[in-house]
Amino acid sequence: MATELESPRRVAISSDNDIVHARAQARDMSIALGFSSTDATLVATAISEVARNLVVHAGGGDLVMTAVADGVKTGLTIEASDRGPGIRDVEAALGSRYTGRGGLGLGLPGARRLMDDFSVDSSAESGTVVRMTKWRIIDELERLRQRRSRDGLPQGARDGTR
Amino acid sequence: MAKTKAEQPNTQSDGDRLAELVAYLRDKRTTLREEWARRITEADLLHVMSAEEIFSEITAVYDNYVDALQTGSVETLQEYARDLSERIIPRGVDTDEVLGIVLLLRDVLARSLFTEYLSNPTLLNDILDAYEPAANRIAVTVGVSFVDERERVIREQQESIRELSTPVLQVRERLLILPIIGVLDAQRARQLTEQLLGAIQANRAKVVVMDITGVGTVDVAVANHLVQAVEASRLMGATVVITGLSSRIAQTIVDLGVDLTMMKTVGDLQGGLEEAERLLSAGDLPVEGL
Amino acid sequence: MDVPILQQGDVLIASVQSDLSDMQVTRLRDELTTLVGSSRATGVVVNVSGMDVIDSFTARLLRSIAEAARMRGAMTYVVGIRPEVAIALVHFDVDLAPLQTALDLDEAMHLLRQRRHRHASNGD
Repeated sequence: MATELESPRRVAISSDNDIVHARAQARDMSIALGFSSTDATLVATAISEVARNLVVHAGGGDLVMTAVADGVKTGLTIEASDRGPGIRDVEAALGSRYTGRGGLGLGLPGARRLMDDFSVDSSAESGTVVRMTKWRIIDELERLRQRRSRDGLPQGARDGTR
Repeated sequence: MAKTKAEQPNTQSDGDRLAELVAYLRDKRTTLREEWARRITEADLLHVMSAEEIFSEITAVYDNYVDALQTGSVETLQEYARDLSERIIPRGVDTDEVLGIVLLLRDVLARSLFTEYLSNPTLLNDILDAYEPAANRIAVTVGVSFVDERERVIREQQESIRELSTPVLQVRERLLILPIIGVLDAQRARQLTEQLLGAIQANRAKVVVMDITGVGTVDVAVANHLVQAVEASRLMGATVVITGLSSRIAQTIVDLGVDLTMMKTVGDLQGGLEEAERLLSAGDLPVEGL
Repeated sequence: MDVPILQQGDVLIASVQSDLSDMQVTRLRDELTTLVGSSRATGVVVNVSGMDVIDSFTARLLRSIAEAARMRGAMTYVVGIRPEVAIALVHFDVDLAPLQTALDLDEAMHLLRQRRHRHASNGD
């Protein structure tokens, strides 16, 4: 069962520029959580895809980014929600051939491949919620360091020892 | 002197107590350091270091210790402890020795305080009230700094081992060889891709010969990673020539829906290197995507 | 102009400095397409080394730059794709095969020169 590590960060998405902003935030938050540069880029790219959906297909929506923990894993969960018309056929939208031309593609298959956990809830009444998480495993050394900082012990903290 | 201290009133403030303590420790600096050094040698700690080295280090620790007591800030002490750890860890000094010498200093100072303030138990109590929490904090700081440094070393070693397990070799300008040996799981394949792309960037490679002769079987996930590595390399302008492809792995890749005729594969490493040379000398032929 | 576009000989060079919005990328495509036509350029280099993230939309537009340039007789190279970005890109279903790539600007210019010489010696 995943537990929240800190309070979630909420980003309202309504315009083109908000997508750019969301990418940067997602990337920064990933790095702050100790994700590698590669993983941070994957997260930022996935967020770009779902954020675009919010702008293009739903007339805007919200992104909520939450740091979570589950056993030896730590992760970043992104929830993209809107009050749009809903996706009629989620299965088809998630199928990998749903790319279409001229921007009809919903970008969901790409986002799903970029992240570890991925789910979509959608209806005409309540809109759509896309929930996705990227995980990383905390090794023993990092776990010890985290426990030390929680216990209020003085940090030796050299950089690069995440 | 001692008589005066014994007669002092017992209504000193925290700050005064600490100040008195610090003054005392500075006053007794020579005696206490010598006592400490003696106890260290007696307990056979830091035996990898010479007597002069020990004395020089403990002098620095002592002075930082007293400063930390005075200022309440452990930063300088932390910095010094990290430095010291960096020096002594390669020489095989272990955690028990580091904790040992710090606790010995604590003992030496406490004993000295006992002797000094024995005639005034209430005052002694006050002084110890000031001394103990500060001394404990310092002991923990030094211990944690040492452990931190150890962990940093371990992490560095882990990193080196990881990199060594998938070496990327530069054969000549613009040409890399990536020999993959052993069990390839998803995590290793991911790490391999990152290393490969990093090497392409760092070496400005145009051709990479990826030899998978030494790989047994791969599952679909790993085959996927390999295909992605080839595609990602192309996006960085590099062609990957795969050598040592067994029919089993070839089948797995075909099952993924990848058109193998689009991938450059050659039977063995030798053949792969020849193909690589051909590609490099021909200049660029447009690199086909998968 | 969001993205500076220079002309060096008959090559147009666009250097993307940072992440672009959808509108900015679309504008870049339109500008380059117009310029290729008007300048009779034979080569286009799009330098994306300043981009932290390239998503499916941007990838498709890069491809459409290449296609538009090709129809006007110019060859396009995308250079400077960072390792992390390359890894992200291969997760998409966007067909990037038509996109020619090179490690950096120097390499792209070298390849474009080679092509010109080859065409010249072939009597094109």
